[in-house]
Amino acid sequence: MVNPFRGFGAVFYKETLHVRRDFATLFFSLIIPILQMFLLGYGIDTNVRQINTVVYNADGREQSRELLDRLRNSDTFHLYRYVHSDKELNDLIISGKCRVGIKIPVDYSDKLLHQMSAQVLVLIDGSDSSVAGQAINVTTAIGLDESLRRVLGNNIEGNSAFAVDMRPKILFNPDSRSPNFFLPGLTAVLLLNVTTFLTAFSIVREKERGTLEQLFVTPVRPMGLLLGKLLPYLGIGFFELCMIVTAMRFIFSVPIHGSVLLLAFLSLPYIFVSLSLGILISSKATSQASAMQLAFLTILPSIFFSGYIFPRETMPKFFYVLSYFVPATYFINITRGIILRGAGWSHLWLDALALFTMGSLLLVIAARRFHNKVIMA
Amino acid sequence: MATSDQLAINAQHLVRRFGTFTAVDDLSFRVEKGEIFGFLGPNGSGKTTVIKMLTGLLPLTAGEATVYGIDVRTDPEGVRENIGYMSQNFSLYGDLTVAENLRFYGRIYGLSPERLRQRMDDIVQLNGLGPYLNRLSAQLSGGWKQRLALGCAMLHEPKLIFLDEPTAGIDPVARRQLWDLLFELSAHGITFFVTTHYMDEAERCSHVAYIYFGKLIADGTPETLRQLPDVQPPGTYRVEITTPHVTRALRIARTIPGVRSATIFGQSIHALIDDHVDLEHLRKELLEHEIVVAEIRPLAPSLEDVFVELTSKHQAFEEASRG
Repeated sequence: MVNPFRGFGAVFYKETLHVRRDFATLFFSLIIPILQMFLLGYGIDTNVRQINTVVYNADGREQSRELLDRLRNSDTFHLYRYVHSDKELNDLIISGKCRVGIKIPVDYSDKLLHQMSAQVLVLIDGSDSSVAGQAINVTTAIGLDESLRRVLGNNIEGNSAFAVDMRPKILFNPDSRSPNFFLPGLTAVLLLNVTTFLTAFSIVREKERGTLEQLFVTPVRPMGLLLGKLLPYLGIGFFELCMIVTAMRFIFSVPIHGSVLLLAFLSLPYIFVSLSLGILISSKATSQASAMQLAFLTILPSIFFSGYIFPRETMPKFFYVLSYFVPATYFINITRGIILRGAGWSHLWLDALALFTMGSLLLVIAARRFHNKVIMA
Repeated sequence: MATSDQLAINAQHLVRRFGTFTAVDDLSFRVEKGEIFGFLGPNGSGKTTVIKMLTGLLPLTAGEATVYGIDVRTDPEGVRENIGYMSQNFSLYGDLTVAENLRFYGRIYGLSPERLRQRMDDIVQLNGLGPYLNRLSAQLSGGWKQRLALGCAMLHEPKLIFLDEPTAGIDPVARRQLWDLLFELSAHGITFFVTTHYMDEAERCSHVAYIYFGKLIADGTPETLRQLPDVQPPGTYRVEITTPHVTRALRIARTIPGVRSATIFGQSIHALIDDHVDLEHLRKELLEHEIVVAEIRPLAPSLEDVFVELTSKHQAFEEASRG
């Protein structure tokens, strides 16, 4: 007899009016994501190249220059300056002008000629771990390669005859382009951002105005009220997704290997989660400022623990487990899966299920909190 | 005493506790249909809590209440169908026009499009919102906002309307106009439940109740309250003394035998005196102290007098029972 969705139509229509009237908010919530895309798409490159390197070549003979050529040709090092003392070498690293210092000792060539082990000192600034890691890998590889060439080169000429020849092949993003890696993940973060903020704000605004109190004494049912308020923002979130995917494909030339339709479909449970999160926030926040702070609190884990920037595999155990509770983790797997790896429903249904479960759970908690803290307060 | 089918509200032994704090303490009152019921009390005394209980938002810890015969505990939805509510901040959507606000509330109550159009016409005619229909409600002045809020609250033809401090922050002209409107509507049989801080508004109500820290300490028509023995002890009467020297006169008046109490009211003094002290005697006594009395006349106690007397009696009683 009692329609549990009573008032849905009225609230829905009213909410679309708010969205239309408050054009500035809508505009910014759609434009800022595009700006962020440009920043991350063009501005950030995680591939470490051309590390500023200072060289102190105390030896100076042919063998040492050969070694330096190999370093230069690796594309990892940019030989920034040649110096003539340990002090200058150290100073350039301490001042931050160079990340890597290479010192070739006086007797480098002599030792090689006498079939002895020659040492090269590589000083690495560890303050940026990805730079340091890349520097260690490349210098070690060059050293190993150089040694092997010298040991084997005397016996067998020409093609390599290493016992084991590893041939790594990178799938899906062969050039390791940063936009390909970042933008699918960014989709998840932006979507969360906009939808959570907008729903939280739309409800908290009614709290501030006192109109929520007014609505509670009408026959509107809580479900009608919440759904009526959510659906317009679901629409906006969906529109935004389309916008981001279009920009990603045609402006940043990220190839989409899977089905766009599947991506659109699987974004629904994710948007559902973000909207429920918005309601949860609004049940706690009493002003738009506090809603803002709480919303940021939910956004940080989705940036840091979702695998968006830092790989989840390298996280400490605690955070690794935590990442399973971050909705963005699943959606990033979905976006990267579909866009980069061409994954299909059979690969991703578990993620979709996880999101849907989370969304339902959050909505139930939010609705209950809403009932106890807002209506009864 | 009214029979129960004549009652708009019948609240019996209402109790609401929040943890260990008792916000509403064994409150019983009845409101008859068509009354303008003034619900008064200082801030934080539990007025809003009572409204929330009667509108089914807040479960009752104990007691029972019916609104137009509907039990608020078992059918809060049914109660909400039949009431209107206007909160003190007028709760309108500022970014929606007057017409959109009205239409929204009409849809919420499920009015059919024809019915909605007809009701909007009625309301616009009643409160004169016609010229402002397409204006954003944020741009209206306080008085017009209040009319719009009232319009939204009565669109669905409720039998009972709760007004929570409807005139807070409104200019005197708009206040007067609102009350004229309330009288007109109440003549059509609508019951009003009004909370207010203004004593002149309380005087206009056909029935007032005074709540003091969760307890009801006065309930009746303004006329019966004025005649309560606590307010008007037998063998006494009230006078108003108008004089240019009020502060000095007050000091003197309090020393005159037969004067039980005296307080300043603007340019005059209100005093409670024994029946055997006549007005001429009082005038002479004051003149002996070189105080010229412009006018001296008997006075009925105001509701403010009533509430002051009852509150201090209640406080004294509380202290006595605690000590």
